[in-house]
Amino acid sequence: MQLPLGIEVPIPTFEQFVFIQVALLTAVAGLAVVISRNLFHSALALTLTFFGVAGVYVFLEAEFLAVSQVLVYVGAIAMLIAFAIMLTRSMMYGRTSPLNNQWGKSSLFAFLFFIGLLAFARATPWPAAGEEVVADEALIGALGREFVTTYVIAFEVLGLLLLLALVGAVMLARDR
Amino acid sequence: MVPLSWYLMLAAFLFSCGLYGALARRNAIAMLMGIELMLNAANINLVAFWRHGVGPMEDLTGQAFAVLIIGLAAAEAAVGLALIIAVYRERRTIDVDELDLLSG
Amino acid sequence: MDWLQLLVFPAIRALILIFVLLTGFAYLTWYERKLLARFQVRYGPNRAGKFGLLQPAADAVKAFFKEEIIPNHVDKPVYLLAPALALVPALIIWAVIPIAKGTPAIADVNIGFLWILAVAGIESYGIILAGWSSNNNYSLLGALRSSAQMVSYELPLGLFLVSILMLAGSFSLVDLVEGSRQWWEWIWLWLAFPFFFICILAETNRSPFDLPETENELVAGFQTEYGGMKFALFFIAEYVNMISTSAIMATLFFGGWKGPFAEQYIWLGPVYLLIKVLILLFLFIWVRASIGRPRYDQLMKFCWQFMLPLGLVYVSISAVLAVFLK
Repeated sequence: MQLPLGIEVPIPTFEQFVFIQVALLTAVAGLAVVISRNLFHSALALTLTFFGVAGVYVFLEAEFLAVSQVLVYVGAIAMLIAFAIMLTRSMMYGRTSPLNNQWGKSSLFAFLFFIGLLAFARATPWPAAGEEVVADEALIGALGREFVTTYVIAFEVLGLLLLLALVGAVMLARDR
Repeated sequence: MVPLSWYLMLAAFLFSCGLYGALARRNAIAMLMGIELMLNAANINLVAFWRHGVGPMEDLTGQAFAVLIIGLAAAEAAVGLALIIAVYRERRTIDVDELDLLSG
Repeated sequence: MDWLQLLVFPAIRALILIFVLLTGFAYLTWYERKLLARFQVRYGPNRAGKFGLLQPAADAVKAFFKEEIIPNHVDKPVYLLAPALALVPALIIWAVIPIAKGTPAIADVNIGFLWILAVAGIESYGIILAGWSSNNNYSLLGALRSSAQMVSYELPLGLFLVSILMLAGSFSLVDLVEGSRQWWEWIWLWLAFPFFFICILAETNRSPFDLPETENELVAGFQTEYGGMKFALFFIAEYVNMISTSAIMATLFFGGWKGPFAEQYIWLGPVYLLIKVLILLFLFIWVRASIGRPRYDQLMKFCWQFMLPLGLVYVSISAVLAVFLK
């Protein structure tokens, strides 16, 4: 496809076209999370971002992860955040600015960081996609076996951590 | 097939957004949201490298780590929000600029 | 054609499904009102059409022609989004439910069980958004109640689902129905059914667990500020949810589309599923007519101190059974 000024743009395939839309949605929602002035709108944008990331997982043929993402992030974490915002809702009104006094430096730093990462991602010659993935239950089964063999320690520690987090959260948030 | 660099660019953008949010927002919950964004960006990278790596059917390290990070993020959000609510109950604010009891 | 397979056929299926579900909703309201009337020794709707069968149509016309009122103090985009978001999960959960031999409603995915859990997880969004955007204390309290209640009851629900999944040995609901089960498996499953049903009642905010909208404490809870078609959407969401969850329970516990001759005559599958769904819906309404509402703290206590430990025990025993007896 030939754009004016002689820029050559390859015509995206159907899959790439859909991916661009999902990626744009995710990116715009991600930006909205940090620039929205209304905290609740930020939380909603965050939920949308989580959905977008789940969509990206579908493109990467990791359906199990995509559904886990919706289950944990959208169903639990975003819900917890919305819950916390409701419980501390007097913060919604009356503030002059949602940003602290180092926002200028932060934005510059984040922008430079983004440019740096972008340069890396574009400059490195990445290999083309690996072999075909047959997305069926065998893959989920293999993932499960990994957790009880290779990553058994990480898995058990995560279980312990979750238990501790549960107990800790109850202790912290309890009314005394 | 979507090239790997596209995933990386998306992840880079999300990570930078999260970084900015975590650094520049006053509200503790908003900072937490920034951190969640960064974790998600890292997860996209892990899964993208898994898919484009050698033998995605045999070597499931990327997916396994992504699952572990999702679990970790759940623990982090639970404890973080419990802390925020405890602080709010004590001080009636969750503006991190006003929580300066230890500064001289 | 590739895109025909990918986009057009699923879209047609989805449209048919939505049409069937919305008709089902309309007649579910009639079914509930007639049944409740019988439980209370009344006649119920009997003016519009024979046996009041045209009552749903009359109600629909009324809801359509109500004046649309948007209060000034609401957060408008979120306020308008909430009713639509409430309805979506109730519809999309159908995608993985098998309706006949080898035929899921939309797609036979290898993550059917997780799909159900994930959709159950996003179900409370419509209510939370409605409660927040209405900018009203009663609405907010209703939304807080509902999110706490739904997140809590999701845990035992998930545990029971995982147990069924372990015994079935497959993530796909199509395989679950078509696979054969031994007699002890059925008995073990049916032991869990009453508790699963209680979780479903809490998840769908149905009486006796309709605390997010208790009229004598919270006016109408999260839907206080809604009227006309927007209120109707919440109403539709609740009833479509009842139908969807009944179909899920029929699939998980009672063999879904299975019945005599359903293997030979494909069209019998949906009929059997419909009969099972109707029986389960009767159960919903029966419970509503007979049991009073608990206090909110009792509800939460019941979840955390009874249902959750029970679910954990059930999962453990199911795991042992799945390893040693199958």
